[in-house]
Amino acid sequence: MSVSPRALLGALLPLALGVLLAVIPLLSLDVPWLFNGPLDSPGTLQLLAACLVLGGVAMSYDLLFGYTGLLSFGHALPFALGVYIAAIALTRWEWGMRASLALTLAVGLLVPLGLGAVGLRVGGIAFAMVTLAFAQAGAVLVQKNPDGLSGGDEGLGLSFERLPDFFVGVLNTKNLYWLALGYAAFVFVVVRWAVGSSPGHVWQAIRENEQRVEVLGLHPYRFKLMVFVLSSFLATCGGAVYLLVFGGATPAVISPNFTLTLLVMVVIGGTGTRFGALLGGVLYTYLDQRLPTLASSSEVQGLPGILRTPLSEPLFLLGTLFVLLVFFVPGGLTGLATRGPGRGLRRLEQSLRPGGTSGGVATQPEEAA
Amino acid sequence: MSTLVLLTITGLGLGAMYFLIASGLSLIYGLMGVLNFAHGAFLTVGAYATWWFQGKLDGIGSAALSFVLAAAIGLLVGGAVAALVEFALIRPLYQRHIEQVLVTVGLALAITALVQGIWGADARVYDLPAWTIDTTEVLGAAIPNDRFVEIATAVVVLIGLQLFLRRTRYGLIVRAGVENRAMVTALGIDVRRAFTLVFVIGGLAASLAGILSGIYFGSIDPERGTSLLIFAFIVVVIGGLGSIGGSAIAAVVVGLLQQYANYYASSGLGDLSVVLLLAVVLLLRPAGLSGRTATA
Amino acid sequence: MSALLELRDLHVFYGQSHVLQGVSFDVREGGVTALLGRNGVGKTTTCRAIMGLAEPRGGITLGGHDLTRLPTHRIVRLGIGYVPEDRDVFAGLTVAENLKLAERNGSARYELVYDLFPELRERGRQLAGTLSGGQQQMLTIGRALLNENRLLLVDEPTKGLAPLLVTEVAHALERIGKLATVLLVEQNLGVVRRVARDVVVLDAGKVVHRGPAQELLSDPARVRSLLGVSGGREVRPVA
Repeated sequence: MSVSPRALLGALLPLALGVLLAVIPLLSLDVPWLFNGPLDSPGTLQLLAACLVLGGVAMSYDLLFGYTGLLSFGHALPFALGVYIAAIALTRWEWGMRASLALTLAVGLLVPLGLGAVGLRVGGIAFAMVTLAFAQAGAVLVQKNPDGLSGGDEGLGLSFERLPDFFVGVLNTKNLYWLALGYAAFVFVVVRWAVGSSPGHVWQAIRENEQRVEVLGLHPYRFKLMVFVLSSFLATCGGAVYLLVFGGATPAVISPNFTLTLLVMVVIGGTGTRFGALLGGVLYTYLDQRLPTLASSSEVQGLPGILRTPLSEPLFLLGTLFVLLVFFVPGGLTGLATRGPGRGLRRLEQSLRPGGTSGGVATQPEEAA
Repeated sequence: MSTLVLLTITGLGLGAMYFLIASGLSLIYGLMGVLNFAHGAFLTVGAYATWWFQGKLDGIGSAALSFVLAAAIGLLVGGAVAALVEFALIRPLYQRHIEQVLVTVGLALAITALVQGIWGADARVYDLPAWTIDTTEVLGAAIPNDRFVEIATAVVVLIGLQLFLRRTRYGLIVRAGVENRAMVTALGIDVRRAFTLVFVIGGLAASLAGILSGIYFGSIDPERGTSLLIFAFIVVVIGGLGSIGGSAIAAVVVGLLQQYANYYASSGLGDLSVVLLLAVVLLLRPAGLSGRTATA
Repeated sequence: MSALLELRDLHVFYGQSHVLQGVSFDVREGGVTALLGRNGVGKTTTCRAIMGLAEPRGGITLGGHDLTRLPTHRIVRLGIGYVPEDRDVFAGLTVAENLKLAERNGSARYELVYDLFPELRERGRQLAGTLSGGQQQMLTIGRALLNENRLLLVDEPTKGLAPLLVTEVAHALERIGKLATVLLVEQNLGVVRRVARDVVVLDAGKVVHRGPAQELLSDPARVRSLLGVSGGREVRPVA
């Protein structure tokens, strides 16, 4: 059976990209303006690792939101679970790497199963608010710092004693980078496979018109639960990788801001597309990490107060940038490429419509009388 | 007993602030379909504008006078910012709900960061008239007087909103529009004017909440808007989107629950129980307390 | 007689669905023009397109004004009263408030509306959501009549109503037809026979027949082939 050149290209592109990214730590290449040090320096590698981890988490969010149309305001929760459970197991309880990981993965499966079973009984805005509430509960728990486990406001530093050697030490940053790359690749492959599978088709059908799925004799609830657990599980894995890359857990990962930034990431990139979420995640993280450097540069500090103050606040720049993006490039970056209107945004639109109680129901006007 | 009284009135004071924020959010979502994440930013703007103007009015009469004047100006600033946001950012994206929501998200981030950039992350304090810090004895409990201010303000606003919704033409348009926006346009009414009005009302109420929060907590800070906004969202959903009465009831319930649980159970549990309440309400009655048809 | 409403090559898409595929017809001034067709052919969509509630591509003019470029509220202000399918009253508002909302420039014809539908005056303070189906229908028709509209778009007003109420609505439509031009979407051929002067038949998004109502309705074979139904029972005159 002959494969079309387009399909071949489609399969080769991610592979080529993966290979390209994999060799970065081996290149002693200076990229002025974009990075502070050469590509193989620990600082640059950590930045890139962060971009890849969060790109992976963004992809997991896109699975839930971009493909199935489930708007969740609480995706920070599974991610934070990954970060904190692993941190607590490794640092507070001094478990080994394998045990900690096993616990984290188990929690990453069971918690979304439980929360999803309850939360998915409603849809649309109600579901979005329930997820927000659950994430907020998580934030409160972290704040409360029961038994000193979570470290409260100060966060929890990762103790390195129980980690395998190849993850410890500045010189081994490249191993962390490869771990992050491996995670992003893993998520990419899983998402592509899931979306192309038969449950995957049901998810997309749910996004388009949940009622029709019901009429076909399928139970949307089961499929929604499935994607909810898968998407959360992938985020939890990302949390564990994040912990290793950054060496600690902080309450920022459970803040409502974090879920909102995930939303921003997938929208910037373009929802429901192959590379959109990854692109959005990488770009946002890069800007988020780099803008403070720009802000404290001598050029900006030398500006008159009225310009210097707003420019010194990276979030101000990001926020404004985002607003401009929404106005002029609503389809996200991939939308730019295909020159289509925000397809993914139209779907989000429907899940937010007032009065809608079923998530992802496309409110098509009645077939004409 | 006196503790119970203190907790109750404090809970009502907190509920008053939640109501002020939630009422605007509820109307904005109900009528316009916009989940306004920038609402917390309006709160911050009102709070800080008041603080800044009070600094400028230093020396004019008593602390009470300068504060009231500053608050009035702070309110106007908050309302003006809301009007500007609606006109420049929300209106052009008419019927593109998700882009509207995203814009409010970006705006929330930007405004909070800007305020922080100008005045720093540390808390600022209002110069308050002495009697707000004094206490009055009620049923054996010493209640800080500021609680009465908050409760009275919320009651006045609630009555005002009800009058607006029930007795004015625009109020009628808003009530109808919350139910069925398309049908309102099908009667020849340009709903967009109602949009701006509702957005500004929401902005004013949020600014008021911000100012009151400065009295209640004794200070204001850039993060206040975000933290109160989450509770306001929960109140809005529990009360029923688009319903003022629902928001009022839900705000009282949430405020009281938070206080009681924090004290009688353990600190922090108040917030958790509010979240639990939301989950329970949503699972039993997805449309919230007020149900589907949005009534004032 | 001149055409009040002209549709020229109207296309409407819902997503991928090509619902109206080049609909063209005129609605003559005065009297009732019935828009007929089986379920799903595009009758409601046509009304919505005229109202600007669905995105039209093609030409729609009302008394010379091009409607396709105007937002809904401006279209309505040119003088259209809309009685949507499924009534769409504001359930949380009272009957009087529902009517009040429709007031446009102070020249509301309350006397006319109350004369046609006395119950609306009696039930002024009742919440519209608690009205029966028939009463809600009266309300939506009354609402559309309140202003001196040149054109009334009435979409399936007798749907789901008991026979006695159907007769009442038909009677009201007869009277209304003498005051304004009506484009009536109706499945009940008895009503059509009684009130309509002209008919336009749609099938699969296209116009398949145009002409005087009597001419079509007195040809049962034609009716069956176009509409897939028999000629319909007579609507009895109100006692």
